[in-house]
Amino acid sequence: MTSAAHLQYVLRLADNALILGQRLSEWTGHAPVLEEELALANVALDLIGQSRLLLSHAAKLEAAGRNEDQFAFLRADHQYRNLTLVELPNGDFGRTVVRNFLFAAFQRPLWEALLSSRDAELAAIAEKSLKETRYHLRHSAEWVARLGDGTEESHTRSQSALDYLWPYTAELFTENAVDNEVATSRLGVAWAELQPAWEATVQPVLAEATLAIPAQTAFRSRGKLGAHSEHLGHLLAEMQHLQRAHPGAQW
Amino acid sequence: MDRKEWPLWEVFIRSRNGLDHKHCGSVHAPDAPMALQAARDVYTRRQEGVSIWVVQADHIHASDPDAKAEMFDPADDKIYRHPTFYKLPDEVDHM
Repeated sequence: MTSAAHLQYVLRLADNALILGQRLSEWTGHAPVLEEELALANVALDLIGQSRLLLSHAAKLEAAGRNEDQFAFLRADHQYRNLTLVELPNGDFGRTVVRNFLFAAFQRPLWEALLSSRDAELAAIAEKSLKETRYHLRHSAEWVARLGDGTEESHTRSQSALDYLWPYTAELFTENAVDNEVATSRLGVAWAELQPAWEATVQPVLAEATLAIPAQTAFRSRGKLGAHSEHLGHLLAEMQHLQRAHPGAQW
Repeated sequence: MDRKEWPLWEVFIRSRNGLDHKHCGSVHAPDAPMALQAARDVYTRRQEGVSIWVVQADHIHASDPDAKAEMFDPADDKIYRHPTFYKLPDEVDHM
């Protein structure tokens, strides 16, 4: 018997990957150099692959006859469970890279914890995804260090990227009823528990990059509860256009 | 603004354990770690490799194409340098 929390938890994982994958796809044809164009597209494809596995799993858990495409393309914005962090606009290359870094540093301990999930399917997805995420983290951390500790312009831009993104990282670790229920039944990990591992990854790289960690504020985004920023609707309009215009289209 | 180009790196990929690294192309990157990652992202997307070498293109010294005649033509008529030139006795037929 699938609990509602179990489904919500899987959707949250899926939507983080789906929405960031969509955002990163926007770089295709626009990246500063060919090498990074492919690197960003590779990360986007890894994330979209993760979201496909997770959405198919969610469809099975829900057992209401929906498939991965219907989950991905036919929900309204308040039904998406992704963190607000991943739906924010890409901004410049620096902001894209800083966000990838902050998110990969979160995804890594998350997948590591989910390796021992009682949900065997979720554990298998975590095992596959962990390898991808380790590379995303490695690549984005290299960039953060070089841009932060680079030229005056690259430092200024990456610091302002960090200032812009940082308030949205608080949401990663906010207490949540879904988390508590899933953690109690050992299907997943409560995200709040991942904070020490995230900080241990993020802080040394930001220090190497000579970037200052912004002060904590009381602001809490609530994307994982379905309360999104104004940016998600625009992203979905583009992402969902084909399925809305041609329902059930396949290729 | 200073728009210096990143250096060019030649990329060598070993497709399987036990085989040689083979030259497969080049990437631009600011330094060696980034060149390795760029090579991974550009050249191993379809399971092409299990190991990557990158070498900064400046560090490769190439023979002069104009000296091709004196470099390589003298080997043309030295067929005795190929093992197939020698007739082996029947007893060692399976060499």
